[in-house]
Amino acid sequence: MHLLKFLLLNTIASLQIGDVGYISEESLANIPLKLLEMGCLPGAEVRLIQIAPLKDPLYICVNGTHLAIREETAASIRILKSDQ
Amino acid sequence: MAKTNINVALIGNPNTGKTSLFNQLTGLNQKVGNYPGVTVDKKEGECKLSTTHTAIITDLPGTYSINPTSLDESIVLKTLLNRSITSTPDVILVIADVENLKRNLLLFSQIKDLEIPTVLAINMVDQMHNKGITIDITALKEELNTEIVLISARKNKGIQQIKEAIIRCHIAAKASPLCAIDHKIDPAYFNKLKEISPNYSMYELWLMITQNNYPESISKEEKDKLLAFKKDISKIKKYQHKETIYRYQEINRILQNTYLVDKTKGKDLRGKLDRIFTHKIFGYVFFTLLLLVIFQSIFHLAAIPMDAIDGFFAKLSVATKSNLQPGMLTNLITDGIIPGIGGVVIFIPQIAILFLFIAVLEETGYMSRVVFLMDKIMRRFGMNGKSIIPLISGTACAIPAIMATRTISSWKERLITILVTPFTTCSARLPVYAILIALIIPDTTVFGFLNLQGLVLLLLYALGFATAITAAYLLQKMLKLNTKSFFVVEMPNYKIPSVKNVVLEVIEKTKAFVLEAGKIILALSIVLWFLASNGPSSYKNARKTVIENPTNNNLSQEELEKIIASAELENSYIGILGKAIEPSIRPLGYDWKIGIALITSFAAREVFVGTLATIYSVEADDEDTSTIKEKMASEINTETGKLRFNLPVGMSLLIFYAFAMQCMATLAIVKRETKTWKWPLIQLFSMGILAYLASFITYQIFS
Repeated sequence: MHLLKFLLLNTIASLQIGDVGYISEESLANIPLKLLEMGCLPGAEVRLIQIAPLKDPLYICVNGTHLAIREETAASIRILKSDQ
Repeated sequence: MAKTNINVALIGNPNTGKTSLFNQLTGLNQKVGNYPGVTVDKKEGECKLSTTHTAIITDLPGTYSINPTSLDESIVLKTLLNRSITSTPDVILVIADVENLKRNLLLFSQIKDLEIPTVLAINMVDQMHNKGITIDITALKEELNTEIVLISARKNKGIQQIKEAIIRCHIAAKASPLCAIDHKIDPAYFNKLKEISPNYSMYELWLMITQNNYPESISKEEKDKLLAFKKDISKIKKYQHKETIYRYQEINRILQNTYLVDKTKGKDLRGKLDRIFTHKIFGYVFFTLLLLVIFQSIFHLAAIPMDAIDGFFAKLSVATKSNLQPGMLTNLITDGIIPGIGGVVIFIPQIAILFLFIAVLEETGYMSRVVFLMDKIMRRFGMNGKSIIPLISGTACAIPAIMATRTISSWKERLITILVTPFTTCSARLPVYAILIALIIPDTTVFGFLNLQGLVLLLLYALGFATAITAAYLLQKMLKLNTKSFFVVEMPNYKIPSVKNVVLEVIEKTKAFVLEAGKIILALSIVLWFLASNGPSSYKNARKTVIENPTNNNLSQEELEKIIASAELENSYIGILGKAIEPSIRPLGYDWKIGIALITSFAAREVFVGTLATIYSVEADDEDTSTIKEKMASEINTETGKLRFNLPVGMSLLIFYAFAMQCMATLAIVKRETKTWKWPLIQLFSMGILAYLASFITYQIFS
């Protein structure tokens, strides 16, 4: 049960600096079109580069593009961690 | 043979070197205009392609996709879709960055589907070896079905090939879509869409419904049919997502065999720099130090050429006077026009330095890091990380700064940014601050290395910024607007700024500023001079009244002339006007001469200095060679017998200029951007009241 909750809560916002994850397929509807167009696609690799003070915004590298997105957006995009 | 003119639209993602390419193609043959009906600057330039062909190149704002999320990006869509809004592009030149080719090709694929002849320029190919990138150019040309040119815009490589490709592309005039999105998503749905009109491509019709943008040329019947599609919004949203995914699948398929990256290559300079510039502590420390350096150099570096310019115009005035026949026209030139022009030319060093720093910060990619660092903080005040760019470029001029808010997609955040930007210290306030600080603040060093005058200047900038964010905070609480805020910023790779781009930017901006301000100042100084050297009968009798006054009998001729001159000025039209408003500004410590300068500086703040220069020149005798600063420094308050520009008056004026909304051009631009007079009028009155009260308090504290 505990493990299941942990899996469900994995989003871009829960990454640690330097961590890598993969955007999950079921997140598609939650990804704003603009982010999608910038390469933030299901299956794409996301790496967290830096977090601004107060945990917001997040500086990520996704699909080779370096972006800054807000925490609320990051928290709505689910990911699979590389070790799963 | 007649020359053929080709209209070329230059399109690309931000940070792909679009400006460099535009500068290489057009050089100094650029002009900035406006799109009819839209308030966005349009940059156009002419480029000689060959002996038989010329191109008019339009530089469109940078965008990641044809689907706009901000006002800036919507220009690209409008130019391509509403072909009546500008001359239709014959050829589209898409620029892509070799390192981010995959993402850049998304925009390319959308444009290709519009079925307009397209040339693809892949930029920064000089970096390919370093980054371990190899491209199979023949296969890529085949797959994308387009002309491709490898260029390095900064090193001026491949430019000739682009010109040739544009001509070939124009002559061949063949255009075909790249991604047949209809087959992949929902053929029945898109077939129905396609049947609406034979005049437009399927993708154009699709954009019309997704972007709610219908060209004027479309018939009412066709439009109604398109609107019927809008009933199922969720389906449109879903298909837009599917479309983007399909485009990336196609791009990935094409690039798989044609574009290879050896990931072991490539140095991680970016990572190292980011660790400093976006660091939770060092990032902010560096940003603060940078601002300190900028403001110290504005005051210090600019001082030398400014003193030279000031002295030159004072001498020019005297030389002109001694070489021309005395008379009305000579007086107009020496007392009106020359001090007026001198008052504009003197700002050039400071403005150029400021524009230089801003251009360099944008070119290097550092500005995005500031946006990243500031977003959360700015959001507390109802703004957006992107608001930092208007607030910083507002230190140059509020007009381009307010236009720069177009990148902010939320209307509330954008409106607040527009309303508070005029509080940041623009370059027009600089000459006013500079001259007042030089008069009232001693030129000494504090803390061992900081110049006190520079420090006071920095504090004034800080005051402007602090007021801006306080006002933003209040506005956020007061404005009842609920708009969704969305934020995504690309963090581009660091680049060494291109000298050509920076120089062109500084020249263009400085020229625009000097010419615009120059026109107003020149006209006003002529009007002022006329009003100051003419008047009703009391003006004409001033000389007689002074001579006949028995108390003046024992004075020398020289002293008598001085009294006559000020009596004449007091009775001139301008004197009468100034005297009329004097009671209302006396509580702030100002006399009627300063009052005149306050009124005229509504046209543009820097007119303050020029106005005082004109007033004091009219008053001074003909042999006076002193500069504006010297004249102000020796001006005596006739009531107290002490210096006019003492600490209380100087501080009160500094505070007044820090807060007052004193620029007609800014009001006009706010009206244009908000599309109503409501906001500029609110700005004018609330900032005016604030300025009056704050200067009143300041004057009382210091005196």
